[in-house]
Amino acid sequence: MKIVVLTKHVPQAMGEVTYADDLTVDRSAVRCRLQDGDEYAVEQALRIAARRLDVQVTALTMGPAGAVAALRSALALGADEGVHVLDDALHGCDAPATSLVLAAACRRLGFDLVLCGTASADGAMSVVPAMLAERLAVPALCQCDRLHTDEDRVHAHRDAGGTAEDLTATMPAVLSVTDRSGEPRYPRFEAIAEARHKLVRTWTLADLGIDTRRVGLTAAATAVHRVTRPAPRTATVPGTDPAEAATRIADFLTERQFL
Amino acid sequence: MAKVLALVDRDPRDGTVLRSACALLTLARRFGEPVAVVGGDRPDAEAIRTLGRFGAVEVWCLAEAGAALGSGPADQPAAPAPALGSEPDPDPATDTDLLHHLAARLHPAAILIPATHRGQETAARLAVRLDSGIITNAVDVLPGPDGGPVAIQRCLAGSYLVESSVVRGTPVITVRPEAAVPEPRPVTPVVRTAGVEPAKIPRARIVASPEIVADRPGLDHADIVVAGGRGIGSRAAFAVLAEVADALGAAVAGSHTAAELGWVPREARVGLTGKTVQPRLYLACGVSGSVRHRAGMQGAKTVVAIGDDPQAPIFKLADLGVVGDVRAILPALLAEIRSRKTPDGGPAESTESDQTHSTDS
Repeated sequence: MKIVVLTKHVPQAMGEVTYADDLTVDRSAVRCRLQDGDEYAVEQALRIAARRLDVQVTALTMGPAGAVAALRSALALGADEGVHVLDDALHGCDAPATSLVLAAACRRLGFDLVLCGTASADGAMSVVPAMLAERLAVPALCQCDRLHTDEDRVHAHRDAGGTAEDLTATMPAVLSVTDRSGEPRYPRFEAIAEARHKLVRTWTLADLGIDTRRVGLTAAATAVHRVTRPAPRTATVPGTDPAEAATRIADFLTERQFL
Repeated sequence: MAKVLALVDRDPRDGTVLRSACALLTLARRFGEPVAVVGGDRPDAEAIRTLGRFGAVEVWCLAEAGAALGSGPADQPAAPAPALGSEPDPDPATDTDLLHHLAARLHPAAILIPATHRGQETAARLAVRLDSGIITNAVDVLPGPDGGPVAIQRCLAGSYLVESSVVRGTPVITVRPEAAVPEPRPVTPVVRTAGVEPAKIPRARIVASPEIVADRPGLDHADIVVAGGRGIGSRAAFAVLAEVADALGAAVAGSHTAAELGWVPREARVGLTGKTVQPRLYLACGVSGSVRHRAGMQGAKTVVAIGDDPQAPIFKLADLGVVGDVRAILPALLAEIRSRKTPDGGPAESTESDQTHSTDS
């Protein structure tokens, strides 16, 4: 069984992140790390691997040269090998282009299960898993809280707003897990050292047979016009007596249709 | 005028139209003719009336299984249900299939989809099939200079507002349910059906959907969250806050401190190390708004803060801030909310303030 785990290299602390001149997230100015959500995906892959003998876990990432650090973190957690899609043309990829590249890489690797975290921390695009599933023509199980596999099916449980859902699908499938799926392990020091010696392959777009005109900033299907800081929005009522304050709040809630 | 498709989200249990659908129709009116798209089972008369009240000129739904597949003009008025005993289609067309079909047929100016788990998957698959651009989790959608939609997203933990538009294909935009206040504009909708061939992609099946039994809505998906912090002062005062939450139909949350003091369970802690919530309304009571708390709640659409320190950072985020003693304001607020709710036939509680309104019907 082959499991591909999607990983992403994201800025370490959101506070210091800014937008570059071309209105993409400026990643060069900040320290980056493996995205939290992806640690949960690696963890789930390893839990499956602990119950079966035939599991091969591959961590896959795309991004600038520094993104290999995300792969190393995933390898330290226990993934068997890494694949880094590295190409200058990838800068500024939107979700459709990202899923195009990841789909090509997954196809080339071969997979029974693609695991990933839920939403990315920096771009807030939680649609890549489902797009990937569409391109690979497999089922998508998004935002799962629990999962387990048997011979050729994957079973998952998720919260669907008000109700829960138990889902099942035949593999191959794409599945994204939430931070409720199980705490990721903390790597042992030996594992961190060993991760340096695990195989990381670097593929270019040419290796994947993707035309560079279909990806990157120029091929983006969306255009960003403006990035602004939200204006502070405050109407503060100074110390008033409780009844008056309560009326004021209730008026506000009525006006905004909460009552 | 170009049509704007809005995917209707319905309650999975009783099929009633959810508030998000009304909000989407309200947004759709800004740059086109709103068209409601209802996947799954045929909507009932009540659902269609609701959609019409919020301006849906047309309501599209799936033709009954096998009734109009690939045959003739499928836009006849809604046909009666097929005879009993006909083989039920094991795999009815999905929302994606329906929207894909309608995008090709109606050439809409945009497709608006609620940003729920299901909605995100539908939007993602649709954007790939149409080879269109997609914008997710928009907090607002406005008409741009060329009349097309410009979507506003909150990015990087809510610290930036990003305005973008789709430049390729039919814009697919997922919209946060709290993005707009539904404004009625009654019309009489035309109900139409489309015969759609389901895509041959294996899908995940729902084998069970156990209902989450809770007397309050879960924090993750709550429309309204009432949060308390150290300023609440005691466990007894926190009970009043919980009553306010019940009166509003809200979930109860706490700051890091409130959870450490045992006033709320640890799972209800909002912040960097707890839950991240994006409700329509966040009522912060006695919360100072430390960095770690703000990290969990700055996605809230509307913030109301009550606290005694005018310098507290929470007031910088608040749409309405009230400086005062939260322990005195909460009971007054509770009475006020109850008195305003009762005339609409809400749960009548015989408090003194209720008796000032006559509720005989």
